[in-house]
Amino acid sequence: MFDTTIAPTALARILDPVVLVSESGGPPTVGPIRGAVVVALVALGAFFLIVGTVGLVRLPDIYNRMHATSKATTIGAASILLANTAYFGPRGAGLVSLVGIVFLFVTAPTGSHMISRAAQRMGVDFAGDVTWPGASGDVDDPTESDGTEPADD
Amino acid sequence: MANEAAFLDPVLLAALVLSAAITLVAGYRVIVGPTTPDRVVALDVIGTNVVAIAALYAMFSARGLFADVALVLAIIGFISTITVARYVTEGDIIE
Repeated sequence: MFDTTIAPTALARILDPVVLVSESGGPPTVGPIRGAVVVALVALGAFFLIVGTVGLVRLPDIYNRMHATSKATTIGAASILLANTAYFGPRGAGLVSLVGIVFLFVTAPTGSHMISRAAQRMGVDFAGDVTWPGASGDVDDPTESDGTEPADD
Repeated sequence: MANEAAFLDPVLLAALVLSAAITLVAGYRVIVGPTTPDRVVALDVIGTNVVAIAALYAMFSARGLFADVALVLAIIGFISTITVARYVTEGDIIE
């Protein structure tokens, strides 16, 4: 809702980082349209969390499980945090939730990649008769210093 | 509650119950996971689910404080995943 009597310092006050983060203004009043948006985002997030957990439990392999969880669970949590932003507005807790979405999208692939590389170094095999693409059994790992230099693709 | 949309609270409660249930289901993979990376991935999923639970509880209780809780839980989950991956690979964390 716009205040029609905006003082010249009002924009500076709105864009003040302290006000942006700290001033949440108490519990928000959620109308029916905002409530519908929040419900849709929460339902989407819960669906993707279920997809990620089913993939974690049902898939046969560590690499397949990571493929399921690192994408679906991240999307689910990001959707619920976006519902948080829609609920609290663009300041205060809503802004913190947006920062959380950015953080999840940066860190979830990083952690998943490090875990899969650790699994490959530990010698965890694929399910069934799946092999690494290209070479017969061994992997081009540029971080391993023993052996020859890995060839470029 | 200051909510005018009265349909919001049952939906949030159902999503909370559902998230808690699938977090318990992910605990199955922590217990029976054949290898250590399986358990680490399952714990990572549990961490992400708890982030979602904190965000849902922020809406359910209409307190913006729990959004900060969700952000800090995401940071700690990332650090723990990186730490375990490095420990499994290198044998130590700080050399």
